[in-house]
Amino acid sequence: MIDSALIGAALWPALVNGLTMGAIYALIALGLTLIYGVLHIINFAHGSLLMVALYAVLVLFERLGIDPYAALVVVVPGMFGIGYVLQRFVINPARHGRDENTLLVTLGLSIVIENLASHFFKTDTRQIETAYTFMMVDLAGAVISMPRLLAFAGALASCLALAVLMRSTDLGRAIRAVAREAQGARVVGIDVDHVFAMSFAIGLACLGAAACFLLPTYYVSPQVGHGFVLIAFTVVVLGGMGSFTGSLVGGLLVGVIESLGGLLLGESLGQIGVFVIFIVILLFRPAGLFGQRT
Amino acid sequence: MLELKDVSKRFGGLAAVDSVSLVLQEGRIGALIGPNGAGKTTCFGLMSGFIRPDQGQVVFCGRDITGWPAHQVSREGLVRTFQIVQPFTGQSVLENIAVGAQRRRSRGAAIAFAAEVAARVGLGEELAKPAESLPIAGRKRLELARALAAEPRLLLLDEVLAGLNPAEIAEVVPLIESIRAGGTTVLMIEHVMQAVMSLADEVWVLAHGSLIAAGTPEAVTRDPAVIEAYLGPGAAARLAQPT
Amino acid sequence: MHTPAPIGRTPAAADAPPAVVHLLGGTRRSIRLLGLIGMALACAPLVVRSEFHLTFMTLALYSTLLGSAWNILGGFGGQYSFGHAVFFGLGAYTGAILQVHAGLPAWTGLLAGSAIGGAAGAALGAISFRYGLRGSYFALVTLAMAEVFRIIANSVPFTGAGVGMMIELRSGPADLQFESRQGYYYFALALALVALAVSSWVRHSRFGAALAAVRDNEDAARALGIDATRIKVAATALSGSLMAAGGVFYLQYFHYIDPMLVFGPAVSVEALLGPIVGGLGTVLGPLIGAFALALVSQVATQALGQAPALSMALYGVILIVMVTFLPRGLGRLRLRRGRHA
Repeated sequence: MIDSALIGAALWPALVNGLTMGAIYALIALGLTLIYGVLHIINFAHGSLLMVALYAVLVLFERLGIDPYAALVVVVPGMFGIGYVLQRFVINPARHGRDENTLLVTLGLSIVIENLASHFFKTDTRQIETAYTFMMVDLAGAVISMPRLLAFAGALASCLALAVLMRSTDLGRAIRAVAREAQGARVVGIDVDHVFAMSFAIGLACLGAAACFLLPTYYVSPQVGHGFVLIAFTVVVLGGMGSFTGSLVGGLLVGVIESLGGLLLGESLGQIGVFVIFIVILLFRPAGLFGQRT
Repeated sequence: MLELKDVSKRFGGLAAVDSVSLVLQEGRIGALIGPNGAGKTTCFGLMSGFIRPDQGQVVFCGRDITGWPAHQVSREGLVRTFQIVQPFTGQSVLENIAVGAQRRRSRGAAIAFAAEVAARVGLGEELAKPAESLPIAGRKRLELARALAAEPRLLLLDEVLAGLNPAEIAEVVPLIESIRAGGTTVLMIEHVMQAVMSLADEVWVLAHGSLIAAGTPEAVTRDPAVIEAYLGPGAAARLAQPT
Repeated sequence: MHTPAPIGRTPAAADAPPAVVHLLGGTRRSIRLLGLIGMALACAPLVVRSEFHLTFMTLALYSTLLGSAWNILGGFGGQYSFGHAVFFGLGAYTGAILQVHAGLPAWTGLLAGSAIGGAAGAALGAISFRYGLRGSYFALVTLAMAEVFRIIANSVPFTGAGVGMMIELRSGPADLQFESRQGYYYFALALALVALAVSSWVRHSRFGAALAAVRDNEDAARALGIDATRIKVAATALSGSLMAAGGVFYLQYFHYIDPMLVFGPAVSVEALLGPIVGGLGTVLGPLIGAFALALVSQVATQALGQAPALSMALYGVILIVMVTFLPRGLGRLRLRRGRHA
């Protein structure tokens, strides 16, 4: 009884924590689902590329004293550029018309990136400390740190910005046209390879934004991507491959599930909930909770 | 041999096959014809277990095989080919055919039997070639050989003549006749009417998922409903008028 | 036109077409080739005296075992797993638990581990293929499975949780621990040869032909009476069983395991890299790939100094280069005939 009372008291903070982390997951997953929705490829290097962005934020902060939020203007375009080049010159040439090849090449990329990071940054975990790191906010009894709250707001704002980009710009329209019917888009004169690369680039730009919001409340290590890659896949699968709203809701949901799992099952075993959901969804409802059945 | 009882299949809101019933007797060659998109290939899918009907029954040799998985239907002796030929790419012609033959044989016997079947359909000289290197006519023969190697009681041929030139058609038509002579019942989807006329004992005409005519080839081709299904409303009347 | 040949007559070998003779002789040629390779490798310790080189070859043979295991499902079956560590870890932990908690000799761990790996393969295959998972989705589910098992091994007491498990040092063939390098070399060679023999059987058997048919065109295979789901499940079981044996070897060789070592992604990557480099869906591909990669990593270590991360990064580069430029692997650089080897 005492146990359940304790858990009851911890429930609200856990929920708030889960939602804030979930917003970051949503942003990361949004990049992944955009890439999947347009190119129909699974970017296995998504986690490692997030790690690259996190190290970029770290280096900018430590070497040049650039605030992580100010780093947005450097890291987002930087990741965008990396994405464009990777898709155009590494991932696309290896496809040979087979999805498995893309998976293998992005796996190769993640191995290269992670090990280079291990080599240059060593394997220790690094954090940054800013003036506002320890500022706390009380949300009806749940105390969370200021950067956490900013991460939540920033991630949601980025999702919104992406939605506007997709809906109201020529690029967004071209991307949606290619996503629906690549062959047809080619016929009406859209440079499909360019749009593919742009989509991949925007997907990575999402990682750049996520990294800037994440680092002040989190840490970075060469292996940090591992945790995120399967979580991002879980979000995408939960929300329905290629669905934007699905990723947003899925991200928040996974954040909450993870947080509650940790509360109920303990830190170590708590992580299992996310993977179990992942497997179950893939097996029984591959179109996701919000996607249509094909 | 094969009976469809009131079989229907809808995709989304569209009725691809709409309460089709037909009976094919043993030892005959039947043909399923109709304009593009009439639901012929869907019909084959329903008969061969690749598509589950929404309603109705598929009866093969007196057994209700409705809803059976495709491999079990095939083991029962009802073997289909595909309109878009589907060779096992990366394998030789001989290996391709041997897959069909190995159901009731050891690997060695299957390979030997596959070579015989290959010779029978005119692929005897191409055994070692990779399947994907064959021209379209060769691939059609391969598709046929693989199915024949499974020794079907009923063979469903989905447009084996499509894409062949007249000389090639003239070679394959007697082959189909010889398959029937060997004791295998045949049901074919075919657009090459000359072949349908010379081969088929009985013809069913599908349009928009429904059967609109059935009978001998001669009777069916004179049927105004059939002419209109192919050429549009009023076509039969226009053709009937002397010019 | 062609006169229809009477059906049912088996042609005498003498007048059979060359392609038939060649295909029928595949098993014999393969056994002969594997026999030669096995004998050469068995004699190697007579020539290779240095411990360093023998260790190199032992680990390359161990890698051949992992690669062959993965290749049965990934190469012959066309189903790419990213989480083969799940079987490896199950084998390793089965061996460790039987020795540490039940006091049983190591060989029982090898048998039980392989059996459990096979059963896990059957179960994973059954749930995945039953529900029509394929391609990238299958890869992701296997990866998630390995993660689930890593977390479980990290969290429950009888696996020693995060601390891992250590087996007692006991020398003797029955305990599958050896005082000399040669002992481990022959242990690895035996396991690798078993895996290669199984691969050769898959390549030339009815089962293998059905598996390849499902890989190359599932619908066409089903139309010919092949139960695609069952074939893929069987291949996963076979693959899982061999992979689990690899886990037991790891345990016997290093005497220590922990969740990250045996359920982590590094093992899954090692298993898939060899066959991709050496030649997917070929009998000798995993062997060629394993030795090529071991050589590359040796050369890299010499050139770059002790920088394990850089050698791993090089593996990643190799994977990208192979998939981009040589998707058929090193083993297929030879002439066409190579396909039947």
